[in-house]
Amino acid sequence: MNWRRATIAMLAAVPLIALFAFGFTRNPSEIPSPLPGRDAPAWALTVFAPGEPPLARPVGDTLRLHDLLGKVVVLNFWASWCLACRDEHVPLSETARQYADRPAQFIGVLYNDRPAAGTRWIADMGGQSYPSVVDPGARTAIDYGLYGVPETFIVDTKGRIAYKHLGPISERVLRQWIDSLLPRAAGGDTPRRDSVR
Amino acid sequence: MIGLLAHNALLVSLIAVAFGALITPVAVRSGRREWLQLTYGSVYANFLLVSIATAAMIVALVTHDFSVSYVAAVGSRSTPLLFTVISLWGALEGSILFWAWVLALYAAAVVYLHHRRPGNLVPYAAMTLLFVAAFFAVLLVGPADPFRPVSPVPLDGPGPNTLLQNHILMAVHPPLLYLGYVGMSVPFAFAIGAILGDEAPSNEWTRLSRRWMLASWGFLGAAIIAGMWWSYEVLGWGGYWAWDPVENASFLPWLTATAYLHSVMVQERRDMLRLWTLNLCVATFVLTILGTFLTRSGILSSVHAFTTGAIGYYFLAFIAIVLVVTLVLVAGNSERVRTKGSLGGAASRETVFLLNNLFLTAVMLTVLVGTLYPLIAEAMRGVKVSVGEPFFNRMAVPAMVALIFLMGVGPALPWGSCTWAEARRRLFPPAIGAAILGAIAVLSGARTISVILAFALVGYAATGNLREYWIGMRARRRAHGESWVTALVRLTGGNRRRYGGYVAHIGVLFVALGVTASSAFRSEREATLVPGGSLTVAGQTVRLKSVWGREEPQRSVIGATLDVLGKDGAVIGTIAPRMNYYRVSDQPVPTPDVRSGLRGDLYVNLMAFDANGANATVKVIVEPLVPWIWFGGFVIVAGAVIGLFHRGPRGTAPELATESAPAPDPALAPAAP
Repeated sequence: MNWRRATIAMLAAVPLIALFAFGFTRNPSEIPSPLPGRDAPAWALTVFAPGEPPLARPVGDTLRLHDLLGKVVVLNFWASWCLACRDEHVPLSETARQYADRPAQFIGVLYNDRPAAGTRWIADMGGQSYPSVVDPGARTAIDYGLYGVPETFIVDTKGRIAYKHLGPISERVLRQWIDSLLPRAAGGDTPRRDSVR
Repeated sequence: MIGLLAHNALLVSLIAVAFGALITPVAVRSGRREWLQLTYGSVYANFLLVSIATAAMIVALVTHDFSVSYVAAVGSRSTPLLFTVISLWGALEGSILFWAWVLALYAAAVVYLHHRRPGNLVPYAAMTLLFVAAFFAVLLVGPADPFRPVSPVPLDGPGPNTLLQNHILMAVHPPLLYLGYVGMSVPFAFAIGAILGDEAPSNEWTRLSRRWMLASWGFLGAAIIAGMWWSYEVLGWGGYWAWDPVENASFLPWLTATAYLHSVMVQERRDMLRLWTLNLCVATFVLTILGTFLTRSGILSSVHAFTTGAIGYYFLAFIAIVLVVTLVLVAGNSERVRTKGSLGGAASRETVFLLNNLFLTAVMLTVLVGTLYPLIAEAMRGVKVSVGEPFFNRMAVPAMVALIFLMGVGPALPWGSCTWAEARRRLFPPAIGAAILGAIAVLSGARTISVILAFALVGYAATGNLREYWIGMRARRRAHGESWVTALVRLTGGNRRRYGGYVAHIGVLFVALGVTASSAFRSEREATLVPGGSLTVAGQTVRLKSVWGREEPQRSVIGATLDVLGKDGAVIGTIAPRMNYYRVSDQPVPTPDVRSGLRGDLYVNLMAFDANGANATVKVIVEPLVPWIWFGGFVIVAGAVIGLFHRGPRGTAPELATESAPAPDPALAPAAP
């Protein structure tokens, strides 16, 4: 056994292992997106699930992004066939309720699904505190460059996309972004980037 | 209940393999060889226990036992039975279980076949396999436990990933891949066993390991081709290879294994390259583990990547241990292993084998660097880059083309040396084949030098290999008056390793021809058709007949039926691409339809459709010679099978004899024994 050679050979493995270890600190699916910082594409969508008081909106009502300027808008794309949407259902509904008296508006957008299936899903999940709208032909989803569901966009009070979240969103992330965008928190130096769960 | 049983079986197997691995050095060093029965016993026990766990998983899947976490994650009552069973390897935990089972199977086979062999090689090889098995057992009782209890028990599950339940090849590709990947642990175990058992300085261990390598190589090659086929039939882009990290990961060990199969011949013939062959053996295994790590750790972005978790860290630790231990063992013993033989002459078969190894290694390193480069770039410069087809096509393909040329040169040249005049005489005839295929390429419309060259070199190599057969058969006919068929059978039977190799070459050439033709002469068009409307691509016409829908238990299917029209406008067949909407997925799974012929495929994919059936948008691709790729895959496997049944006392082939005592030429031997 030649230990000098063995040691040299062993050292040769170190950079490779270090490289792989570094790989764990990165997220390869974190893809830069041009959307955050841009004006949110406009939409006018019809309510199919009213939500619960005090956040309820009547079925058939049309919600427009334009009318919501001055509020932080949380736009959550979901579907009844989407499993990950179940994970984020409670955090979304709960957080919406907690911000009921603040200028924040949560809206669910049904993606590639029938309103009847959506309504049944909401009932199965024990209700949804905020209204959900239908997106005929997935036009809004296309405007927002949706990869899949769930995907959540947080629009600031001036109608700009502040944050885009792929995958189920958590209460912590929601609170952090809404707090930083509400008028009271005037800091405004929030990081602008995308994130994947 | 069944989950608990299986979990405990895996736990006991972990204890068994750890015990068996640790007792081996004690038994060998203390000279108590009877204790090796414990090593071998633990190999068999591991096989039994992992088999129980695997069988339990299949039972749980088939009976929809959603209290088992893996079944809850991939099972569904509406999934057809076949896809339920094969979802065993459809997701992370199940695939690790299946891996562990294949490894246990190989280890049991190795011990069963070789345990009577004297010396310490087999005990240490068994120990190495037990260590690898221990790693997978740790995964299975820890981070990748597929048998975690689920409470409350769900009534139904989401079913397997939709892409994986859309095609029958999903039942074929993964098992072949695992048989290939895991099989490469065996030659590695023999290499480590040879070093530890102090047999590395002889050529004996490669006689044991090369057959296992050949079998694994055959499986892996078949798996790669099956994977290409699956991608072609399912993904709807009309391609079969995209240099995706995971595809590359399967290709890398295949390259080093191919190099090994050639270098081992030089080692045996000329007493050269022993250390190099050992390195190839070890590298092949390390590359399989690296490939698995890349697929399952989530550090590279890939369409094939499994969902990730803590398992990546375990794999990193395992790779680190494997790398360090093998590098220390190989480098520390390199001086003793090194061979003293030398090249006969410049124009000789071993020179070609050296070049073959050089190019194969170059391709391997190129693909490896290209695959890891995104990671390297981010570590060094903090930027995200992706390395795509242009890099690989420009950097790796020329060396692959050179390898095709060598495939024609090698068989023509003799071992040892020959004069240049003799070399010219042997190397000239295949040039006729090169001219013919080059001319066919030009007549088919090829105008770029690289395409014409690729065709010509395939022609050269094909002629070179077929000529070896022809020469041998002619000699047998003259010597024994045999018919052509008898001569062919006896010639092949007389030296199956050699002639199996030529068959594998022919298979590779079929693949090369299919790949070249389908990349160079592919034509495609996309159009929106109303019923009765037609589209012509490269002389092939399709006419939309109808757009239809159908409900199935697990999915909705939208399809378009098109008539395929012959030259005279008559309907010669139909083709029906579909889009499958699985209940559990947000994305439809395209299901292109392919009409294959000798000259190539008509490939039609449904891109979009009108909900009322008023029109359909289809992409029509004419892909010349694609079926030849799949056919080549079968030929490669046939070559490997012929080589596997090579006879000889304990794997000693006639050709193992040295130059001074020439082996009987199978072309002249009276009849196959």
